[in-house]
Amino acid sequence: MADNNVLVDVQGLKKHFVKSRDVWGRANGWLKAVDGVSFQIRRGETFGLVGESGSGKSTVGRCILRLYDYTEGSVRFEGQDLTKLGEKGLKPYRRRIQSIFQDPYSSLNPGMSVLDLIGEPMNIHGLYPKSDDRKEAVSALLEKVGLKREHLNRYPHEFSGGQRQRISIARALSVKPDFVVCDEPISALDVSVQAQVVNMLEDLQAEFGLTYLFIAHDLSMVRHISDRIGVMYRGRLVEVAESDELYENPLHPYTQALLSAIPIPDPHAVRERVVFKPDPESLERAVLKEVSPGHWVAVS
Amino acid sequence: MTDRLLTVDNLQVSFHTRDGENKAVRGVSFHIDKGETIGIVGESGSGKSVTAKAIMALIPPPGEIIGGDIRFDGESIRKLSEKQWRSIRGNRIAMVFQDPMTSLNPVKKIGDQMTEIIRRHRHLGQAEALKEAIEMLRQVGIPEPERRVRQYPHEFSGGMRQRVMIAMALSCQPELLIADEPTTALDVTIQAQILDLLQELKAKTSASIALITHDLGVVAQVCSRVIVMYGGMIMEEGTVEDIFYRPKHPYTQGLLRSLPERKAGSRERLVPIEGTPPDLLDPPPGCPFQERCPHAMPKCAQLPPHFKVGEGHRSMCWLNDDEAKGGAGNGGQ
Repeated sequence: MADNNVLVDVQGLKKHFVKSRDVWGRANGWLKAVDGVSFQIRRGETFGLVGESGSGKSTVGRCILRLYDYTEGSVRFEGQDLTKLGEKGLKPYRRRIQSIFQDPYSSLNPGMSVLDLIGEPMNIHGLYPKSDDRKEAVSALLEKVGLKREHLNRYPHEFSGGQRQRISIARALSVKPDFVVCDEPISALDVSVQAQVVNMLEDLQAEFGLTYLFIAHDLSMVRHISDRIGVMYRGRLVEVAESDELYENPLHPYTQALLSAIPIPDPHAVRERVVFKPDPESLERAVLKEVSPGHWVAVS
Repeated sequence: MTDRLLTVDNLQVSFHTRDGENKAVRGVSFHIDKGETIGIVGESGSGKSVTAKAIMALIPPPGEIIGGDIRFDGESIRKLSEKQWRSIRGNRIAMVFQDPMTSLNPVKKIGDQMTEIIRRHRHLGQAEALKEAIEMLRQVGIPEPERRVRQYPHEFSGGMRQRVMIAMALSCQPELLIADEPTTALDVTIQAQILDLLQELKAKTSASIALITHDLGVVAQVCSRVIVMYGGMIMEEGTVEDIFYRPKHPYTQGLLRSLPERKAGSRERLVPIEGTPPDLLDPPPGCPFQERCPHAMPKCAQLPPHFKVGEGHRSMCWLNDDEAKGGAGNGGQ
């Protein structure tokens, strides 16, 4: 596929974890966390990945980050197959692909000051070798994410959850990435703070031309932030579509069930609950088919 | 006038920490009537869970109720001894927590855990208690309860465990069920099932339910009356329609505005509430929301009283002062 617009191309991705071993220590049971997932993320867009816990959405994110080696399949970044690269060859991609995680309490080293936290990735990738320049760059970034210069020498425990997530975002952006994997970046934040962080992510995307993979289980926020959304169920993609199309016209029964379960903040809202009864066999056989332009659904 | 089940009057709870006194709840008054479902909404640090724990007399040290009164069925329960509490807690007031895994004993069969409670509170024999336990599990929608009572908590999924917790809480036919974020740890489809279950219970039993949550969607779906908390105080109280369609307090308005739209082409910018929640170690005098409030004015340095802005609808904001004076007398203009 020579589409220049595609930044990340995931093909047939599988990640199986060893679930059990026999007495000799050989694997005899597998957990198929991700079982054949293919999708593409275009440059500059936000691709949302939704699903319930255990659906494999976070595993997909970690495979793209090469935090896991995958069982099968490929992840191409600008055409380069990341599977084929060793740690040394990967280093430039480690700069260009960054991540933001859910819990801003455990993802920041409590013993490092804000300056060190944000400056460390710059140091690793050899940006701003002079410490004065680096400090300047970190200060500028801090202001970008809505914090102040005075915060440079403070430590994570001095900040609220929302502010910590801002620090994580500044850290991810410190090395000028092209692509950011956001794994549940707002689910640990207070309701009144979530909108602040989402707005900031959108502003930063526009300013730096970032591409996002936005992994979440909060379906109303995903709709707001994503251009396109993929729905995962038991390690497979069951539907991919533009976000409005997906919410207005969901085709897969699982998507319908998932969307009908969202609690609506309107006491008079009429709700029709759809209950999904999985049929493991047809799920196994199902393949994604394009039913209308850009709208893919798993059919068997 | 409906029957008051629970009255909380000017409740104040503080945690005495190394850094000073953390005023988690700063004068909260509300009531719960018999048979109603009330929602208590707020973010972390708003004091909603501490209020619930205070009602159950479960405030752990260094926390302490430093003022106010709690009356249950007409009697003050604030000064009861631990022994007197045993006949109330679990029996007349029951609680369901967020995380069903840590509230169940992992090495005891579900049936044994349930019969223990039923036998203690309802003085039934073992065989009868087991029958009752099975019946309760069936009521909360657990398939094959006869087999399930012989299983351990780890053999249940998250949603099923939460059902077990609700069955346990209901097994003594409590008059008040306090559910503290009962669905927060669950997936949306499972959450929807648990909320349906709560709806059903509302219809089937006469128990009052206090649902504590940060999710406005959950509140809209289940509750008939809502209390909005912020910074250890009640900002606004009203029927679910008052809160969602006619919010009067800037905090409630801000919360509702910050939610993403649910219609096509909804990619317009969100309207967040700027700033962060107040530090309760050293709360600013006056309205706790003033630092983040778009309508803040000098008067906000004084703590506003609750203004009545409609029947059963009150808001703690100076903006509602005139409205209350001019409007409430003749039903709002």
